[in-house]
Amino acid sequence: MLQASELSYGYSSGRRDVRSFTLDHVSVSVERGSLTGLLGPNGCGKTTLLKLLSGVLQPEQGHVSLNGNSLAGRSRRDIAKHLAVVPQETHPAFDYTVMEMVLMGRHPHLGAFELEGPRDLALAQDALAATGTDHLAARAYMTLSGGEKQRVVIASALTQSPDVLLLDEPTASLDLGYQLEVAALLRRLNLERGVTMVLATHDLNLAASLCDRLILMRDGRVVSQGPTRDVLTAASIRRIYDVEADVSFHAPAGHVTVTPLRRVQ
Amino acid sequence: MNRLRQGALDSVAAANTQAGGELARVVPSPIRTRLLKTMVGFGVLLVVTCLVAPLVGSSPINIARVFDRSIPFSENVDAQIFFIARMPRVVAGVMAGAALATAGVVFQALLRNALATPFTLGVSAGASLGAMLAIVLGATISAGPFSTVPLASLVGASIAAAIVYRLATMQDRAMSTTVLLLAGVTLNSFFSALIMFVQYIADFVQVYRAMRWIMGDLDVGSFEPIIAALPMLAIAFAMFAWLPSSLNLLSVGADAASARGVDVGRTQRLAFVSASLATAAAVSLAGPIGFIGIVVPHLVRLMVGVDHRLVLPASALFGGAFLVLCDLGARTLLAPLEIPVGVITAMLGGPFFLWLLVRKG
Repeated sequence: MLQASELSYGYSSGRRDVRSFTLDHVSVSVERGSLTGLLGPNGCGKTTLLKLLSGVLQPEQGHVSLNGNSLAGRSRRDIAKHLAVVPQETHPAFDYTVMEMVLMGRHPHLGAFELEGPRDLALAQDALAATGTDHLAARAYMTLSGGEKQRVVIASALTQSPDVLLLDEPTASLDLGYQLEVAALLRRLNLERGVTMVLATHDLNLAASLCDRLILMRDGRVVSQGPTRDVLTAASIRRIYDVEADVSFHAPAGHVTVTPLRRVQ
Repeated sequence: MNRLRQGALDSVAAANTQAGGELARVVPSPIRTRLLKTMVGFGVLLVVTCLVAPLVGSSPINIARVFDRSIPFSENVDAQIFFIARMPRVVAGVMAGAALATAGVVFQALLRNALATPFTLGVSAGASLGAMLAIVLGATISAGPFSTVPLASLVGASIAAAIVYRLATMQDRAMSTTVLLLAGVTLNSFFSALIMFVQYIADFVQVYRAMRWIMGDLDVGSFEPIIAALPMLAIAFAMFAWLPSSLNLLSVGADAASARGVDVGRTQRLAFVSASLATAAAVSLAGPIGFIGIVVPHLVRLMVGVDHRLVLPASALFGGAFLVLCDLGARTLLAPLEIPVGVITAMLGGPFFLWLLVRKG
């Protein structure tokens, strides 16, 4: 349903005439209802790819299409009705309440001078319930713990009623307990609500436990993509991270686990 | 302090209990109720302030005599004081107060910095330099209802805003708020240096006039300067009307705003231009009256919460009332001596600003 073909994107580096490419002819395909993981070392272009997929950045070459329609030329508001983003961290400059943060998700669906109505409130309440944060509605967002904050940001993204949720390392700044909490929430939203998700992460075990498909990137290119069990192998980890790892099925966890052993050149 | 806010949250809870999954059922929208309460509350405050302020002053006036049509205007001293000396002052106070307070709100959201003011980006320093040059050079220029000093301050403010804007948009298509802030602060220092240089070469009388202008004064003397500033303010406020919900998202973060459907570049440009225009209009009318742009938005946030759909209109109303009240103090505290209103706002605003810093820390 979400497809990127031959995407290239670069940033200007110091000198005006020099462009360093962060993405080089990247093509990916995300199927409806899937939970796709995006893996790769720092600077490989994961965040850039997510920004291109969400239409926040415009590709220099190639195009992104959602449900067969290209994102090029569409307004931010129109794209945001279908695609929602959950960043790694969210730091509002003012002390919004949780309810206010969640209701901001309705922005693309409201007119310039329109205030949210009962339907928007019901959707926000529903998203709060789905993320287990309904009891926090009246609390100030800044007073929440890391895990609670991330669940509220996910609730806000759900309130956008998106077809696809793009998550950029949503558990990176969380401790182990909150990581598991957010992972369980994402799994539940995917299974129960059929929310299609693309999840960029450095946590290979999180990806192994959560994602049914993986996209592996290195140096701005896609190295491989496919079902998790096919793609997440010792050879592919060595190829993208230069790390020798033990990849084996872990019965109590119910999925393959990755144990990094040593860095190789 | 948070009664309005708590009331709103209660009604959210009530609405949700009633909604009970039925999306179609009509429940009162809390934002609508809050907006209504806010507008009525602050609107009444502004109207009462504007009605009372012109009646109070160093010379007592009789309200019955003011509106007594049987006495010719030329002989009716009470009516003259009311309509010529005090009314324009009140109107100028409402306009400058509303403009500076709302510009403060917009700059704080744009820069994602609760301590930003309408003067952070160099607009007031530019205006002051313009006014100072006009006074020192003894120039007499005018355009329509504008007289020399307001016009020169407007030109100075526009030049400062244009330089900062150009610098912030040079590198990229989107506006860099970091560059905006740094360029503004640097320009402020640079213009301040130029102001000091002009002061150094000017004579005492000119420096005194310029200093009085920089302190801020609402004694506009007639409706002419008000009419001159009105179109700019009208345009700025019309632009503000498009901003509130986008400012909410912008203050959460540029990427977050973009992902929620905000055209970040356009919103930033609109915010910068409208807030600079409102600031320039207010400064050309009443001089650079400080601290309104930070005190009022923060007081309003304490009362209605941080949602810009409430904060922006409430700041316009409360800013107007607040400046008129400060001016009332300026006129009456040491009567018959008048304290420049900028001194009053700074005396109130300075400690408030420090309290805010300590509280944030």
